[in-house]
Amino acid sequence: MAGREIMYREALREALFEEMGRDESIFIIGEGIAERGGSYKVTEGLLAEYGPTRIRDTPISEAGMIGVGVGAAIAGARPIVEILYVDFAMLGMDMIVNQAAKFRLMTGGRGRVPFVLRTQGGTGGGVAAQHSQSLEALFYHIPGLRVVMPSTPADAKGLLKYALRQEDPVMFIEHKHLYMTKGEVPEGELITEFGVADIKREGTDVTLIAWSNMIPRTLQAAEELAEMGISAEVLDPRTLVPLDRVAILKSVAKTNRCVIVQEAVRRGGVASDISSIIQEEAFYSLDAPVQIVAGMNTPIPFNLTLEEASVPQKNDIIAAVQSVLHHKAA
Amino acid sequence: MASKKRENTPSKELLEKLFTTAYRIRNFETEGIKLYRRGLVRGYFHPYLGQEGIATGACAALDERDYIASTHRGHGHCIAQGAEVEGMIAELLQKETGYCKGYGGSMHIADITKNNLGANGIVGASTPLGVGAAMANQVNGSDAVTVAFSTDGATNNGTFLESLNLAAIWDLNFILIVENNQYAVSTTLAEATRETELYKRGEAIGVESHRIDGNDSLLVYETVADAVKKCRAGLGPILIEAVTFRHSGHHVNDPGKYMPEDKLKYYKDRDPVDRARDNLINMGKMSAKDVKAIEAKIEAEFEAAVKAAEAAGEVSIEEFREFVEGY
Ligand SMILES: Cc1ncc(C[n+]2csc(CCOP(=O)(O)OP(=O)(O)O)c2C)c(N)n1
Ligand SMILES: [Mg+2]
Repeated sequence: MAGREIMYREALREALFEEMGRDESIFIIGEGIAERGGSYKVTEGLLAEYGPTRIRDTPISEAGMIGVGVGAAIAGARPIVEILYVDFAMLGMDMIVNQAAKFRLMTGGRGRVPFVLRTQGGTGGGVAAQHSQSLEALFYHIPGLRVVMPSTPADAKGLLKYALRQEDPVMFIEHKHLYMTKGEVPEGELITEFGVADIKREGTDVTLIAWSNMIPRTLQAAEELAEMGISAEVLDPRTLVPLDRVAILKSVAKTNRCVIVQEAVRRGGVASDISSIIQEEAFYSLDAPVQIVAGMNTPIPFNLTLEEASVPQKNDIIAAVQSVLHHKAA
Repeated sequence: MASKKRENTPSKELLEKLFTTAYRIRNFETEGIKLYRRGLVRGYFHPYLGQEGIATGACAALDERDYIASTHRGHGHCIAQGAEVEGMIAELLQKETGYCKGYGGSMHIADITKNNLGANGIVGASTPLGVGAAMANQVNGSDAVTVAFSTDGATNNGTFLESLNLAAIWDLNFILIVENNQYAVSTTLAEATRETELYKRGEAIGVESHRIDGNDSLLVYETVADAVKKCRAGLGPILIEAVTFRHSGHHVNDPGKYMPEDKLKYYKDRDPVDRARDNLINMGKMSAKDVKAIEAKIEAEFEAAVKAAEAAGEVSIEEFREFVEGY
C-alpha cells in the first residue's frame, strides 16, 4: 500500500473526526477549540461537523473543566478535555488525582471514568518555565490513570482512537514540537492498544528507550551511531501506563545494554522507574549499568541556550551509548 | 460606568507623570514588537497596547512601600512600577543584564526591587499571590497596599473567589484591578460569563467594587488613590474593574481578526496615551513642543537600551549549572 504522510496534528484530528462520528457521546471542551480550532489546529473543522453541543469553548477554568469532564465520564458521556499546556493541568490536579484516578476502585469496580485529557508538554522555543514542563511522572505516579505519550502521527492517531474506546481516565500528552512533524499513517481504521511498545528501529548493541519528542532525537542519535558501527535498537513504550515491560526486557535481553532518554527532569522520573524494573528483572543480562539521559533538575529558563542545556540533546545520547558500550565490568 | 466630576485640577506634575509612563509603555511595546519581528525576541510577547492607562494610573497612586502582582501581559505594569527600560529589553533579548538574567523572559518579567511580584504565565495567579503579599504586609505590621493586576479571563478561575474572599475576611490592604479587555484570546467575555459587569462579583462577597473607564489614566489614578487611602484606613480590600480594549491581537502572532472593526475604532478614538497627552496639554498647560521633547527623550532612551542590551554579555551555562545545583 502506498504510504500516506500526514502531520501529527492532522493525525490527531482524524482520530477525533472518526471517533466522534462513531460515538455520539464524545464531546470536547477546551479554550479556543471551537471556532478557532485550537492553538495547534487539532480541533479545526469539528465544530462545523459536529455542532456546538459537542464542541465547546470554555472560560479559563481548568479545575472546573477537568472536574466537569470527570463527572460527565462517570455519568455516561465520553468527554475530551483539552488543556492548552500540561502546566495548566496542575490547576485541575484534585479532579485528576483525587477524583478521576480513584473512582473505579472506590466503587468496587462498578464505576468507570472514560475520560480523556488531551494536552501537550515539553520545551519549545523560549516559552519559559511555566509553559515548558514535562510532567508525565506526576501522573505516572498516580495509580488509576493511563499515561499516553505518542511520538509519531500514526501512534497519535491509533492511541487517541483507543483512548476513546477504553474505560479509564487517560492523560494524553502530546508534544509541542511534534505537531508539525510528518509520518506515515495508513488509510482506514487504525487503533493502537495501550501497553504495547513499538520498536522504532531495530538493533543489537544497545537498547535506547525513549518517548514523545525524545524519539526523533534518539533516532537521529541511532543514525549517527550506525555510522560509527554501533547498532542501536530504539524502543518507544508509547504508553507509560500501562508499560510494556515484556518488550523492554526482551530488547534488553537481546542487546545487554540500555540507555533511557527522557526530556523530563531526572529526579523522580519515569526513566528511573524503568531502570529499576530492568535492574530487578534483567540484572544478569546486563553488561553495563543502565544509563539515564534526562533533563537537568531545573525549571526551564527562558534563554534558549539554557533551555537547550536543560534537556537531552543528540550528543548526550551518543555519549551515554558510548559509555555503556565501553563499560568494563570491574 | 463611573466617571466623576473633578473637584481640583490635577497637578501638572501628576499629568506629566501619567503621560510619561503611558508613552514609555506605548513606545516599549511598539518598538519591542519590531524587535520581535526581527527575530531578536523569542517566546511569547503579549502587548499591552491600548491598556496603558490602567497600569499607568494605578502605579502612580502607589509609593515605594506598596506592592504589585502582574499578568502575562506584564510589560506595562513593570514599567509603571518603576523598572528601567534597559533591564527589560535585556531580559527580552535573553541577556544576563536582564532583570531576570534572561531566565524569565517577557512572561515572567519583573524588577523585584520595586516590589513587583512579577509577570505570570498562569492566568489567574496574580490574585492569590497579591493577596499573599497583602497578608505579609499585615503580618509584618506595614500599611503597604498591594495591587494585583488581573484580567477578565482570570475571574473565571476559582482562585479569584477563594483569594478575594480571604482578603475580605482578613481586611487586607488589597486592591484587585480587573483589566477587562473583553477578550480571552478570541473568546469574548459574553461567551465566558453571563454577568459581564465583573465588579459585581466583588460586591457579592462584600468587597467594595467599582467599574471605571480603564482608558482614562487620570480616572484610574484617582480611583486607585482613593482605594489606597481606604485600605490604609483599614477599609480594604477593594475591587476595581477597569474596562479597556486591546489595540491588537492576543499576542504578537495573533492578527486579532475576531475583534470587530467598529469596536476597535471606538477604543482607539479613546486611546489612553492620546488622552494622557491631551490632559497634559489642556489641563497641565504644557506646550506641544515640550510634550514632543518628552516623547523624543523616551524614544532615545529605548534606542540606547537596545544598544546596551545588544552589547551585553550572554548568559553562562556554567553559572546556570551552579545556580540550580541542589535544586
Ligand atoms: C491557567 C491558564 N490557562 C490558560 C492559559 C493560556 N492563556 C494565556 S493568556 C490567555 C487568555 C487570557 O485572557 P485574559 O485572562 O482575559 O487576559 P488578556 O490576555 O485578555 O490580557 C490564555 C487562555 C494560561 N496562560 N493559564
Ligand atoms: Mg482579557
